[in-house]
Amino acid sequence: MAETQGGRSLVVDAVTHRYPSGALAVENINLDIKGGEIIALLGPSGCGKTTLLRIIAGFIAQTQGRIIIGDDIVDALPSNRRAVGIVFQNYALFPHLSISENVGYGLAARGIDKATRQREAQRLLELVQLPTMAERLPRQLSGGQQQRVALARALAIKPSILLLDEPFAALDKNLRLDMQIEVKRLQRVSGITTLIVTHDQEEALSMADRVAVLSHGKLEQFGSPSDVYDRPQTLFVNTFVGSTNRMPGVVVSADRTAARVRLDAGAEIIARPAGGALSEGGRVTVCIRPEHLQFVGDGTGFAGVVGMSLPLGATVVHEVTTADGSGVKVSQARIGETRALESGAAVRLAPLAPSLANAFPATL
Amino acid sequence: MGAAPASRDVTSYGLGLAAPLALFFLAFFVAPLLQLLWLSLHNDTAGLHWGLGQYLHFLTDPFSLGVLGSTLLLGAEVTAVCLVLGFPIAWLYQRVAPKLQTIIILIVLLPLLTSVVVRTFAWIVILGRQGIINATLQSLGIIDTPLKLLYTQFGVVIALAQVQMPLMTLPLITALGRIDPNLDDASCSLGAGSWRTFFRVVLPLSLPGVIAGCTLTYAAAITAFITQSLVGGGQMLFMPMYLYQQASTLQNWPFAAAISIIFLLAVLAVVSVFTTLGRLSRGYGGA
Ligand SMILES: Nc1ncnc2c1ncn2[C@@H]1O[C@H](COP(=O)(O)OP(=O)(O)OP(=O)(O)O)[C@@H](O)[C@H]1O
Ligand SMILES: [Mg+2]
Repeated sequence: MAETQGGRSLVVDAVTHRYPSGALAVENINLDIKGGEIIALLGPSGCGKTTLLRIIAGFIAQTQGRIIIGDDIVDALPSNRRAVGIVFQNYALFPHLSISENVGYGLAARGIDKATRQREAQRLLELVQLPTMAERLPRQLSGGQQQRVALARALAIKPSILLLDEPFAALDKNLRLDMQIEVKRLQRVSGITTLIVTHDQEEALSMADRVAVLSHGKLEQFGSPSDVYDRPQTLFVNTFVGSTNRMPGVVVSADRTAARVRLDAGAEIIARPAGGALSEGGRVTVCIRPEHLQFVGDGTGFAGVVGMSLPLGATVVHEVTTADGSGVKVSQARIGETRALESGAAVRLAPLAPSLANAFPATL
Repeated sequence: MGAAPASRDVTSYGLGLAAPLALFFLAFFVAPLLQLLWLSLHNDTAGLHWGLGQYLHFLTDPFSLGVLGSTLLLGAEVTAVCLVLGFPIAWLYQRVAPKLQTIIILIVLLPLLTSVVVRTFAWIVILGRQGIINATLQSLGIIDTPLKLLYTQFGVVIALAQVQMPLMTLPLITALGRIDPNLDDASCSLGAGSWRTFFRVVLPLSLPGVIAGCTLTYAAAITAFITQSLVGGGQMLFMPMYLYQQASTLQNWPFAAAISIIFLLAVLAVVSVFTTLGRLSRGYGGA
């Protein structure tokens, strides 16, 4: 795919979409995507991911805002002139056309002759490792194979932007991993700017250069996978991406970089004000990931009683009930012989570092 | 009931359940048909001489062949008009808001809610010399003398098309509704314009509906005795009326029977062409 034009940049500028039924599906989304980047749109079901994708592809016109591809504002362009390739969640292969004709469809629309079309289709089918399927009909292929045909069909038109709507949702775990690697490899080789919609956070974090987290049609955070995972800007992002313990507390004192919080569980800890400035005396929710909690033996931290311990291979997860009755999870790496914790043992817990505890203003 | 006592085998279904209907068909469809066949194989009205004379007469008589030809042609014209007008309606139906869909369905079904006789008389009122069309055109000064619309092939085709329209539109709506709307978008995003999308995706995938609609419309149009004779009037003769004249007026039962059989075979031939096309197109869509 070396001959493909390098991916063009994509700007989603203050895009809002309200369906005729009145549903506000997408609200004031801003994304600035560089050419050749691979971006994941991550969010729970119904948060507007597909809607945003359909706006970029040109299938629906947004109520407000602009879509800019390269240097062009494309809002007035119909989807057949945007050079945006899309892979649908249900593949949407043409059921009456052979695999080869499906892949060559976009080329036919460009008036390319049949022989060239077939040659190109064959080349793309080899690229997605289905060289022997050219003459079959879509329904004679498995879901994963149809998926790859859909990808080949989208790549055939040498798009400058590639959109993938939950491309791997229907695949089993091994095939999914293969396809993720495959797509990433194709993307690296071709340099096509790629947007992957997913509600699988591992997929988002492993595949994307940057991740856009959406919730209820709003952009919660747009940053690198490590930004999103380690420095979440909202409580939603912190809880949606990765697992976390949510511990309520009250702010004792706070400045811009650190806050002293009195946890309801019974200890004062230093936390990072993650969602903006905190006011003294205000209630907050402190998020600490299980792997960022440690057992301490020096009397600091908060007290708890060990409930159950689950050895999960490389890590052991302990469930600990704190003084205020809520449960927290602590995950420990299994290095050497980990101190065995019996059910009912009294322990004390503290975050590994202040920057690993994120404090958000509590919402009711 | 003549239901077979048959097997106690649990894997076989009780054909006895179908017996009432089978009996009904036997008595009121197969038996008369056989009687018709028997009747048509007589050379004289008294039914004394066996022979293929009636068929020979029909097949060598230019007048009879003309009636058959114009009837089959009439069916083709009505079917074509229904297809050309019905497809856009069905297409539109899939693309409008649910409220409008209800209205479209109502409009499509409306003809079925009134009797054919009433609808046909309505067309006579519309197409007549002093009818709505002529009166309007005359008062607008577009024409001086009334156009001859009633008792013409044109009038019959238009009236029949309106009467049979639901038979075309309903299968089309069903067929178009089965097409994944993402296919439209997929085609468009691959660079195809709306015409290419229509001819390469929508039309091929709706073919089963097109064929079902055409078969129904065709069969209904060529046998529509009432509309054909009322709007066509005396000058235009089609098979059903021809048949009626031979049987009722001239009491030539063997010839009428032969006409029936020939007409039946002609219709079956056309319908089987449609269904063969349907079977060929079944590679699409299914599964
Ligand atoms: N055609 C439509 N008309 C009205 N509302 C719609 C339409 N399509 C989607 N919506 C609404 O817009 C919101 C966003 O839908 P969208 O399909 O973009 O979600 P999504 O993030 O893709 O979800 P999923 O992960 O389940 O695919 C939902 O609340 C949905 O109900
Ligand atoms: Mg979706």
